Amino acid sequence: MHSEPSFLRVSLFITCYNDTLFPATGQAVVRLLERLGHSVDFDPEQTCCGQMHYNTGYQQEAMPVMRRFVEIYRDAEVVCIPSSSCVAMIRDHYPKMAAEQADPGLAHAVEELLPRVYELTELLVHRFGLEDVGAYYPHRVTYHASCHSQRSLHLGDVPLRLLRNVRGIDLVDLPNIDRCCGFGGTFAIKMGDLSAAMLADKMKDVENTGAEVVTAVDTSCLMHIFGGLHRQRAGVRMAHIAEVLAPTEKDTEGVVFA
Amino acid sequence: MSIRVGESASAPSFQKAALPLLEDAQLRRNIRHATDVIQRKRGLVVAETTDWQELRSAASAIKAHTLRYLDHYLVQFEKACTAAGGQVHWAADADDANRIITGLVQQYGGDEVIKIKTMTSEEIGLNEALERAGIRAHETDLAEVIIQLGGDTSSHIVVPALHKNRSQVREIFRERMNLPDLSDKPEDLTAAARHYLREKFLKVKVGVCGANFLVADTGGVCIVESEGNGRMCLTLPDVLISVAGIEKVIPTFQDLEVFLQLLPRSATGERMNPYNSLWTGVHAGDGPQHFHVVLLDNGRTRVLADPEARQTLHCIRCGACLNTCPVYRQTGGHAYGSSYSGPIGAIVTPQLLDMRYGQSLPYASSLCGACYEVCPVKINIPEVLIHLRGRVVREQKSALDPEALAMKAAAAIFTSRTRFEAAQRLGRIGQWPLVSHGWMRNLPGMLGNWTRVRDLRALPRQTFREWWKRRAKSGSSGPKRKNGDA
Repeated sequence: MHSEPSFLRVSLFITCYNDTLFPATGQAVVRLLERLGHSVDFDPEQTCCGQMHYNTGYQQEAMPVMRRFVEIYRDAEVVCIPSSSCVAMIRDHYPKMAAEQADPGLAHAVEELLPRVYELTELLVHRFGLEDVGAYYPHRVTYHASCHSQRSLHLGDVPLRLLRNVRGIDLVDLPNIDRCCGFGGTFAIKMGDLSAAMLADKMKDVENTGAEVVTAVDTSCLMHIFGGLHRQRAGVRMAHIAEVLAPTEKDTEGVVFA
Repeated sequence: MSIRVGESASAPSFQKAALPLLEDAQLRRNIRHATDVIQRKRGLVVAETTDWQELRSAASAIKAHTLRYLDHYLVQFEKACTAAGGQVHWAADADDANRIITGLVQQYGGDEVIKIKTMTSEEIGLNEALERAGIRAHETDLAEVIIQLGGDTSSHIVVPALHKNRSQVREIFRERMNLPDLSDKPEDLTAAARHYLREKFLKVKVGVCGANFLVADTGGVCIVESEGNGRMCLTLPDVLISVAGIEKVIPTFQDLEVFLQLLPRSATGERMNPYNSLWTGVHAGDGPQHFHVVLLDNGRTRVLADPEARQTLHCIRCGACLNTCPVYRQTGGHAYGSSYSGPIGAIVTPQLLDMRYGQSLPYASSLCGACYEVCPVKINIPEVLIHLRGRVVREQKSALDPEALAMKAAAAIFTSRTRFEAAQRLGRIGQWPLVSHGWMRNLPGMLGNWTRVRDLRALPRQTFREWWKRRAKSGSSGPKRKNGDA
């Protein structure tokens, strides 16, 4: 790591849902990475990783989406993805999908690309060697560990190490942190009642922390958890971890207007 | 060929079966409590081992090897068992197995059997088959007694009555054992069950059991249990009939070393089961003098033929995946419409039933991966679920199915920048009748399942890519190296 240039050209894969529904997540990622001295690339040809199709059983439909991702990022220095479930899709399933295509070029390209694909907090801690990104976020925050971040990426306490170094933060442990929130992609739609029951458990845990902000490395879980909390007017809001790590004491946006 | 998996022949889909269970507050509390207790115990005894991951890998390797050479090991088991004085029968499906067992009971002149808890007998509906032949089956596992006397069905692979608390057990015993003054103290309930069972143990001449492991090199059948009722059934009757799935075979006696460490810790949070019985053939003047093993296929060879789903057959029925599953936690086992519930049931049942219930069970998971994490034989259940979902889409979905159409449209959108950006713009324009004060609270169609309990923020005025484009034009982009705030 030390022999490499200290500033990287980071290709941002923003993910389809952050692009469309949560631009603030992407803006915070850009702000954070640039603040740390790196340059950010955004290729507007990007769309989706194919996770929704693949996990719902539409594996054939996911194939061209995967090919597109590989084409776009094959020459990237590093790819940063602010979503652990999309990284899990790429790491856990792309090699097998490519192998099924009887296309050695594609399989090779996937193999070459995978070591350069990072979830945001992995990039910060594992690649940049940072645990303190100089952030300031004076709020009571609880961290939800998404299932893919725990059991596929094995992030462990990587996001928490970053959060513990944030100035002004009042970080409170979320009870039952290893339990799924009930989002599960199309599960939330197809098994609505089950998803709702699981959400009720998670909301209770979040509310018991007394936090005003629930954060995670996946906006998708947060969309579900915060969607439920907002329905109840619970007075808890969501922020992707990038939105917690981006602001500094020099700016007040993260404090007053977040 | 008729394949049955417990009661699922007439069971409703998971979604429908879950609804009344979600309404049952007592059941949900009982399940939360019981699974929390077992998980806590499991966590303690797993943490004290130094080689848990190595044990898991060893078990997975033994199972994979055995399945690869299953034909060899089954025949080896048959030879060894026969040489020891047992008799092996081969059953292609549930009806076959029921016919063989009923015939054996009749041959030995019995009209009653006592049973050790066996999932396989539930899978084939043995009790009902025996009843049709005029033979009464008495369960002897305490939880199975509760289920049988209560006219209920099992809700867990290992602890079938975990959805009942002790006041409910007391009611069942008071009513069915005619004990009006019975208290709900655990020791009184146990004493009542013991009294009820002791009479059966001493009287009934035929015992029926399953098998935790079939040991190929010795021909032995291994059964582990906590209560000692199993030991009674294995020693007191004249005739013992074991019904076991063909995947239960392991190559050698030595392999038990691995499984007998993994199974009790995973199943009940015990270092060792209180009763570990190994039964090999017959021995003059000692225990049952007639010993039969019924080897059951019932769809298993079909699972074996699917390389991606084959690992399903590694299962040693410990139930750890049920206890940790956040979906099972909400409903218990009854929603799964099968004697096999929880995450393992969600992959076993549709496969044994040739993808019947494919449209519901493989989707009864948020793919959180907690099941894979605890599985002592490393079955990657989420991977198998995704594989089965793929089969459902390829084999069962009509091209005109609304979901299939929506997915096709989404795939077309995701493979073109122009279409993707057009869809983003269309969404922003099209959402306006649904948006109130920046939020959507009542979406139409399938998306209505989202807004029944959750709000959805309206699509923002600009997407990320639009923000990026404007920013690039305004020239405010680029790293902030000179600010010195990095």
